[in-house]
Amino acid sequence: MNAPVVTAPPTLRAVTRTRVRRAYRRRLIVCALLVLVGAAFATTLMAGHTFSPASDVLRVIMGEQVPGASFTVGTLRLPRAVLALTAGFSFGMAGVAFQTMLRNPLTSPDIIGISAGASAAAAIAIVTFSLSETQVSALAIAAALGVALLVYVLAFRDGVAGTRLILIGIGIAALLDSGTSYVLSRAGEWDLQAAMRWLTGSLNGTTWEETAPTVLAVLALGPVLLFEGRNLSALSLGDDTASALGVRVERTRVTVIVAAVGLIAFATAAAGPIAFVAFLSGPIAARLTGTGGSLLVPAGLVGSLLVLVADFTGQYAFDTRYPVGVVTGVLGAPYLVYLIVRTNRAGGSL
Amino acid sequence: MTTSHTLATEDLTLGYGDRAVIEGLDLTLAAGRITVIVGANACGKSTLLRSMSRLLVPRTGRVVLDGKEVHRTPAKELARILGLLPQSPVTPEGITVLDLVGRGRHPHQRAFSRWTAQDDAAVAAALEATHTTELVDRAVDELSGGQRQRVWIAMALAQQTDLLLLDEPTTFLDISHQIEVLDLLTDLNRTRGTTIVMVLHDLNLAARYADRLVALAAGRLHAAGTPEEVMTEDTVRAVYGMDSRVIEDPVSGKPLVLPMGRHHATTGDTEATLVSESAGNR
Repeated sequence: MNAPVVTAPPTLRAVTRTRVRRAYRRRLIVCALLVLVGAAFATTLMAGHTFSPASDVLRVIMGEQVPGASFTVGTLRLPRAVLALTAGFSFGMAGVAFQTMLRNPLTSPDIIGISAGASAAAAIAIVTFSLSETQVSALAIAAALGVALLVYVLAFRDGVAGTRLILIGIGIAALLDSGTSYVLSRAGEWDLQAAMRWLTGSLNGTTWEETAPTVLAVLALGPVLLFEGRNLSALSLGDDTASALGVRVERTRVTVIVAAVGLIAFATAAAGPIAFVAFLSGPIAARLTGTGGSLLVPAGLVGSLLVLVADFTGQYAFDTRYPVGVVTGVLGAPYLVYLIVRTNRAGGSL
Repeated sequence: MTTSHTLATEDLTLGYGDRAVIEGLDLTLAAGRITVIVGANACGKSTLLRSMSRLLVPRTGRVVLDGKEVHRTPAKELARILGLLPQSPVTPEGITVLDLVGRGRHPHQRAFSRWTAQDDAAVAAALEATHTTELVDRAVDELSGGQRQRVWIAMALAQQTDLLLLDEPTTFLDISHQIEVLDLLTDLNRTRGTTIVMVLHDLNLAARYADRLVALAAGRLHAAGTPEEVMTEDTVRAVYGMDSRVIEDPVSGKPLVLPMGRHHATTGDTEATLVSESAGNR
């Protein structure tokens, strides 16, 4: 057996051809996702109990006063659609960042208690103390980071093992959710809308004051995550391999955790912990685009699409209006069961 | 293509928690050669490899590459010279062979840099060297153990390092696949001059494939040198606490270790005893 030193052209050609074909396919799918997100966004702005034509919507966006459209489109639909877009993108990106870094689809922030921490903090801040938007966001971030740290510390024993982290995270999430329920049940101005928002996530009655911080968070923290994209891909091969490939594992991990937790916290402070979006987006994006490149952007787009479509469906598809989290919950729960059943069949632990 | 790099440890002590695993180790690894590290379970072989590739910070002493301490070398710079294949690397679900091997290009890329023709060429060369070209479109988790190990070696080759550390590259492989992997590494060493340092459990394969053998016992260097110098009955007894006969391997002429055990050994096997006595000078 003599290994050739000089590469014979056929292999190189095969490699280049395969890579170019996959990159092309990936770009095509990202473009298709962009188109779908755009279409869902436009539909959300135009359609509803009254229909506003695209021309009216555009004029409202440009700042004109349009009788019959300014209020429905400008005040009701636009902030809601923008929040659906940014919160979905945040959940999708942060979810897949965690799943890639910890190498398990069950380690998404909505399963391991991080969303629950942000949600509980936001619920307490708003319902009990009536704090301002900035204070709510700050508190949500602090709580989410605190939960991330707590889960990490509790799960740490000679490095972080996936299963222990997942089980501890699920336990803490349950604890925080019951805390949220308690706060909501004790609050004087308790109402169903608020309860639904902090328990499953809802976009009802969204205002610009709630939406603006999530837009800033995506613009500020999104690039930070994207910058770590290649390092994240290397981390999915295990810490030792990543380190051997020149990744500074600890630094990457801290950066990714802070950025992803920040995205989750801002989105949750505005829309609640929209059930399972962080959990579902990554695996869907991976199925669509393959394993070649970073999943951050595709997963973000899938998240946006999920939230936009689920919110629209929840509002208009049934006799009763359901908050977005109920719809995504119905989608996500079966997938969770499927994942657990499949891992058990394969003889693995969680 | 290889410029020779010298990797050495100086008074190196390593440990986890309170436990010291390697103590006061001075070792220079021969450039351009195949060095195999042997030793009993938990004697610090893997720990040593991890430390040499910057994964574990020394308690005292240092690991030096070309006169420069590896723990002070920028991660990516080191990763362009020194590659490591860990004992059990994680295969992401559904990843294809091409994508996995491509990950080896990481130290040559920046966060947003584009994939270059050079990257393609390195991946292609790695696939050819490991005879995995036909597998490019396959999912790694569907491959056989031997194929998978070759793909992981291809990943490390795509990194294009002059030094390659491998932690038990033949574990879980049947004998023919073990030979295949070791032959492949020998090819790399001979055709490109890649310095190879690996941990092996099988003493006979270690003696056959190593240019230099390093025997560790309880975290200390017990013996280092050519297989003939190191692989003796005394070494086997000191390192593994086991009696054995060492004879000449009729296939390779290298030492062949035959464990005694409590059963089956027939006493008075004069021929084996004679050979072992003539080879048994450490």
